[in-house]
Amino acid sequence: MIWINVVIQGVLVGGFYALFACGLSLMFGVMKVINLAHGDMAVVAGYVAVFLTPHLHIAEIWSLLVVVPLFALVGYVLQRTLIQKSIDRDPFTTLLVTFGLSVVIENLLLEFYTANAQTVNVGALGYESWHPGSIFFISYVSLGVLVAAVAVLAVLQLFLSHTGTGRLVRAVADDREAAQLSGANYRHIFGIAAAIAFATVALAGIAYGMQTQFAPTSGGVNLLFAFEAVVIGGIGSLWGTLVGGIALGMAQVFGAHFNPEYQRLAGNVLFLLVLAVRPRGLFGKATSVS
Amino acid sequence: MSLDTPRREEGPSVRRSSTSPLFALGGSIILVGFLTVAPWIVPAEWSSVLMNFFILVIMATMWNLLAGYAGMVSIGQQAFIGLGSYATLYFALKGVNPFLTIPLATMICAVLAVPITFLLLRLRGGYFSIATWVVSDTALLIIGAIAFFGGGTGKLMPGLQYLSPSQTAHYTYLATWFVALVVVVGTYLLLRSRLGLVLASIRDDEVAARSAGVNVQSARRLIFIVAAAGCGAAGAVLAVSQPFIQPSSVFNIQWAAEMIFVSMIGGLGTIEGPIIGSVIFFTLQQSLQQYGVWYLVIFGSLAVVIALWQPRGLWGAFRDRYHTELLPVGYHLREET
Repeated sequence: MIWINVVIQGVLVGGFYALFACGLSLMFGVMKVINLAHGDMAVVAGYVAVFLTPHLHIAEIWSLLVVVPLFALVGYVLQRTLIQKSIDRDPFTTLLVTFGLSVVIENLLLEFYTANAQTVNVGALGYESWHPGSIFFISYVSLGVLVAAVAVLAVLQLFLSHTGTGRLVRAVADDREAAQLSGANYRHIFGIAAAIAFATVALAGIAYGMQTQFAPTSGGVNLLFAFEAVVIGGIGSLWGTLVGGIALGMAQVFGAHFNPEYQRLAGNVLFLLVLAVRPRGLFGKATSVS
Repeated sequence: MSLDTPRREEGPSVRRSSTSPLFALGGSIILVGFLTVAPWIVPAEWSSVLMNFFILVIMATMWNLLAGYAGMVSIGQQAFIGLGSYATLYFALKGVNPFLTIPLATMICAVLAVPITFLLLRLRGGYFSIATWVVSDTALLIIGAIAFFGGGTGKLMPGLQYLSPSQTAHYTYLATWFVALVVVVGTYLLLRSRLGLVLASIRDDEVAARSAGVNVQSARRLIFIVAAAGCGAAGAVLAVSQPFIQPSSVFNIQWAAEMIFVSMIGGLGTIEGPIIGSVIFFTLQQSLQQYGVWYLVIFGSLAVVIALWQPRGLWGAFRDRYHTELLPVGYHLREET
């Protein structure tokens, strides 16, 4: 019976990790940028939902409608300014710049909102769950997040394969110079990709806040989980990320079953094992790692 | 294969230093002498600031070796700071004098780094960076689960209580200073060796270096192990200087943030850069003490600005402008006119 629970809870958590990771994966796939401030951006989205949207007199749960477009805009602007500037230097600089941003964001949040934990208030929904059996339960919020994650991945997949802009994104990801020669403004396309990535990160941040408490320093550990999901699933594979997230979630739930302290450790161990045995991940291409 | 020293009589002349070596050597000896006797001369608060400064210099020098010379952006060096601290704690709990455990802790970190490189060096760029962090998180979780070390609450460093406070202060100062000196001088000598040339060739053009027979992977592995040992030594002196050891403080990612910003601001790929960066860091930290974590906000923003507009850092900019080097590791070519 414990196994069924491990699978159910693992799948639910895995959906969240996939939602968190798809922006990271997209930015790496298109711009070859690893955004080390990815986790902190999600936390900022959570703080915006908790502290700023009440001024608009809407329920915190609907803050999504404001925060997601806002973050898309922030993503576009940040990409066209700081991130593009660091891409123009070298990949090394993008790491240093996004790491710097991450530390600056974390400490600004600490200064303005203290280290107190916050949650996105979803009312009574947060406590309700579905009990299909006597010993396991499925929280409605977690189920909603899983559905949202699958929906986001599906929309992203459709966007990349069937729309003109999606094809441009793939063209720029494959060969920036060739796409530029054919008339695509790669900087603008990068901006669009970053806008999508930031929109998903905002969604992930709010989803996180609905499920659990967050603090200014929560970004780091979420970046780790997102990254582990990407590597376990295979770098460059969107649906692989979902499978990776689920595998990571199951490992964590399994570890936590023995001792709550082993939750993160079990996930890390799974990641290191995958790295040792199959460094390209479950669904990755052999060349994508190096 | 030994390296032929370029001969003077044919073609351009080749020199190491732009200033007289005697001048630099004399200055160094005076500085080293002063810093050795400093705890007996300067006020106690100063020597404690100096001690933290040395620890930061060790860390930043090691990070600079990784990133500035071998192109590996690690954000998980706190793994070795923590492991160095806990190795020291382990031997001290077994009754060894804490000061004698510093070299032991350093060696343990070097040995632990070997299997880790086989995992991490499979990844490149940003993936390498986050994986280093996973390693440090794993180390933190494992150490935090060991009851012998006091779990998550940590443990007091034994073996220092029989010393008087001033003795403890002097000994820890000397230990820290000595480790910093060894690390900086060792890095300097390492970079002047054949390995330094190999690293420079990889940094300038990895493909060309490979085709010339350079084993890029083993050079990177060696540097990673050296940096792990250095950070382990920093962790060991940290453990001796701050007698209470807690996983969340010794494995804190803030160490990584500090060493990264210090190296970037001072100047990556120069020996002097991390030292100058550390001076700037401590000046800022001391003067912004009453404003909470604003010093990290300012320092982080400064690092971003420098990475984008002055990637060679402040020392790099200064050196390019005035053509001076205090600790030269390269050669200068000059056409005879």
